[in-house]
Amino acid sequence: MQKSSDEIHWKRTTNLMLAHLFIWFFFGYIIHMFVNVLNQFTIPILKFPLGFYMAAQGSLIVFVVMLFVFAKQQDNIDRQHGVAEDD
Amino acid sequence: MATQTAAERQSFTKNLGRLYGLYTGGFLGFIVLLAVLEQVGVPNRVLGYLFVFFTLAVYGIIGVAMRTAQVSEYYVAGRVVPAFYNGMATGADWMSAASFVGMAGSLFLLGYDGLAWVLGWTGGFVLVSILVGPYLRKFGAYTVPDFMAFRYGGNFARFLAVVVLVCCSFTYVTAQIYGTGIIASRFLGMQFEIAVFAGLVGILLCAMLGGMKAVTWTQIAQYIVLIVAYLVPIVILSTKRYGVPLPEFTYGFAIQEITAREQELIRSGLATLCTAANCGPTTLKPHIQPFMNYTPLNFFGIIFCMMVGTASLPHILMRYFTTPSVREARVSVGWSLLFIFLLYFSAPAYAAFSKLEVYTNIIGRDITQLRPWLFTWGELGLIKVCGKDAINLDAAIAACKAIANHPGVLRFQDFSINTDVIVLSTPEIAGLPYVISGLVAAGGLAAALSTADGLLLAIANALSHDIYYKMLDPNAPTVRRLTVARVLLFFVAIASAALAATRPSDILAMVGWAFSLAMAGNFPALVLGIWWKRTTTTAAILGMAAGWGICLFYLVTTRYFPQMGITYFGMTSLLNPETSKPLVDIAAIMKDPQWMNQWPALATNPLANRVGWFDLNNINCGLLGMPLGFFVMWVVSLMGKPPSAEMQALVDEIRKPRGKTVLEEKA
Repeated sequence: MQKSSDEIHWKRTTNLMLAHLFIWFFFGYIIHMFVNVLNQFTIPILKFPLGFYMAAQGSLIVFVVMLFVFAKQQDNIDRQHGVAEDD
Repeated sequence: MATQTAAERQSFTKNLGRLYGLYTGGFLGFIVLLAVLEQVGVPNRVLGYLFVFFTLAVYGIIGVAMRTAQVSEYYVAGRVVPAFYNGMATGADWMSAASFVGMAGSLFLLGYDGLAWVLGWTGGFVLVSILVGPYLRKFGAYTVPDFMAFRYGGNFARFLAVVVLVCCSFTYVTAQIYGTGIIASRFLGMQFEIAVFAGLVGILLCAMLGGMKAVTWTQIAQYIVLIVAYLVPIVILSTKRYGVPLPEFTYGFAIQEITAREQELIRSGLATLCTAANCGPTTLKPHIQPFMNYTPLNFFGIIFCMMVGTASLPHILMRYFTTPSVREARVSVGWSLLFIFLLYFSAPAYAAFSKLEVYTNIIGRDITQLRPWLFTWGELGLIKVCGKDAINLDAAIAACKAIANHPGVLRFQDFSINTDVIVLSTPEIAGLPYVISGLVAAGGLAAALSTADGLLLAIANALSHDIYYKMLDPNAPTVRRLTVARVLLFFVAIASAALAATRPSDILAMVGWAFSLAMAGNFPALVLGIWWKRTTTTAAILGMAAGWGICLFYLVTTRYFPQMGITYFGMTSLLNPETSKPLVDIAAIMKDPQWMNQWPALATNPLANRVGWFDLNNINCGLLGMPLGFFVMWVVSLMGKPPSAEMQALVDEIRKPRGKTVLEEKA
């Protein structure tokens, strides 16, 4: 019983890792491959070309938010499987 | 620590908040005091010295007050640093002189393509958090080689990891000490060598007595100085120009104006557009136009190598050994990136505001109307007008008169600026008092010193803990271990300062190389060690050696022995990203013995850094090394016997935050 809970824990951890790795890859690379398309749009009020903005700020904001969300999600998984540290 | 109760920890954290709050208030008060002194007529030189010596003294006092006689405090700050504060310390550890002074300049010069560095130097923290950092915290190592040795069967892997660590960190720390010399000599008029020595003293005071504990608490103080210093000038500039104190949002207008101005310059014949037919250093590359300086392969290559390099650099990973728990290590990576983000998302604003100033108030203006701030930097040889240092107005006018058919109006190709000037000159461009310039200098020094501290500790700890204690004298008592650690730290610091004082020409490029080398040497072994139990000792050692080896080979060959690369290894010239023509005419140069017989090739050799495989810049050599490392580890692992059941059980232990650290150090 103990063993299988550990296995599920690692399976869920791996899935979470892959999900975040995908988001990281999307905002780190894929979106910037379309910079010329995105630059045809301008962000209202701020006047940034969208492609430039994504590389200068957009992706960075995603990375920061992602890290806090990841810490929370992984902690939830750890708690549900009884492998989290005591508070 | 395990013995620390929750209540104790809470009051400790609260106290920290009060202390650093007081410190920040004191620092702001100090700036105001100096501003008042400036108004009553104290000379700039004195203000500059006050700034630098006051901040250095504070770091030194923290460093000495935090001295320790405990091994765990010396190596991992006693594992008591709360997530938030560790985030700040990591921010200072991470942001070097290159980020503070150089980054905005690169963005000025490269436009959109420079954002590869912004993305690369931030996104890597995602990898730190999800793949490596928290697991190493659970493992309980003092150094990265500690983990390699444990997971991969002992001292051979340990030694290899130490070699990789020293190779990527030593040049990096030398660049930081070099940076302190440059900043202090430019701002304070100190002699370069003396400035290097002053930087060395600052570093030793912080790191030698208290190790990681002292460095942690000084890095937090240094972060506060550097971020205030970075943000103040552009916040004021943005408020002056657009009425909103948020430069990160108002520079969109600046970019719009830059784009309009670029077209105007081209229309009026003051600049030539970079096109597929003609593109070089004298042609204009529109600021938001991508892939004019880097090919898409090299653009994404830089992003990838810097990101993966982040997750492989020992001085960054070891910061996460200092948190009280695995949970806090994860949260701490989030804080780290937030604090780093504050600087990196402001850097493009610096670049945009400076570019707008140059395009509207310098280029297209009559030479007799050049702005006076130019000449401060022209005197130092950092700004050229019409090909000559812009020492003063007369010199600039004379230089342009000497050019045949010069229209008397400054053209795009007449002006060149050293990228370091962008951040340093912004206070003057904005018409701010000298006290702000002094503040920027203090910030740049804080950035260089804090990174140097972290790197120096990484190197000295690897030598004292891994080589001396683990390999040579495992029974050494605490006192001797700490003495050896301090002596080694001292000598590594002296060695890198001595190297920095000779002003080695490649030192800044080597910082970029460090990322690729760390990535090729460490990343596959770290990730597979945690995520794939089947990875065997032989496979890891071969994979590390192969990945790191090919990366080092590519760097050394393309930079120092390009002739050999062409003759024996089928390397060809890199291509111009816009015109797709070769950067150098190899056939013509091969006939010239002056270049062909130069061993090793000097930086002035036309072949140096301009040849390679697959049109790959040598800074991206990690793209060759890392996949090779993974491949070798995978194939060789599957050929051998799986690791023992005990080792597999220990890997399971690393994956669960609960419970004791896997590696228990003797107290």
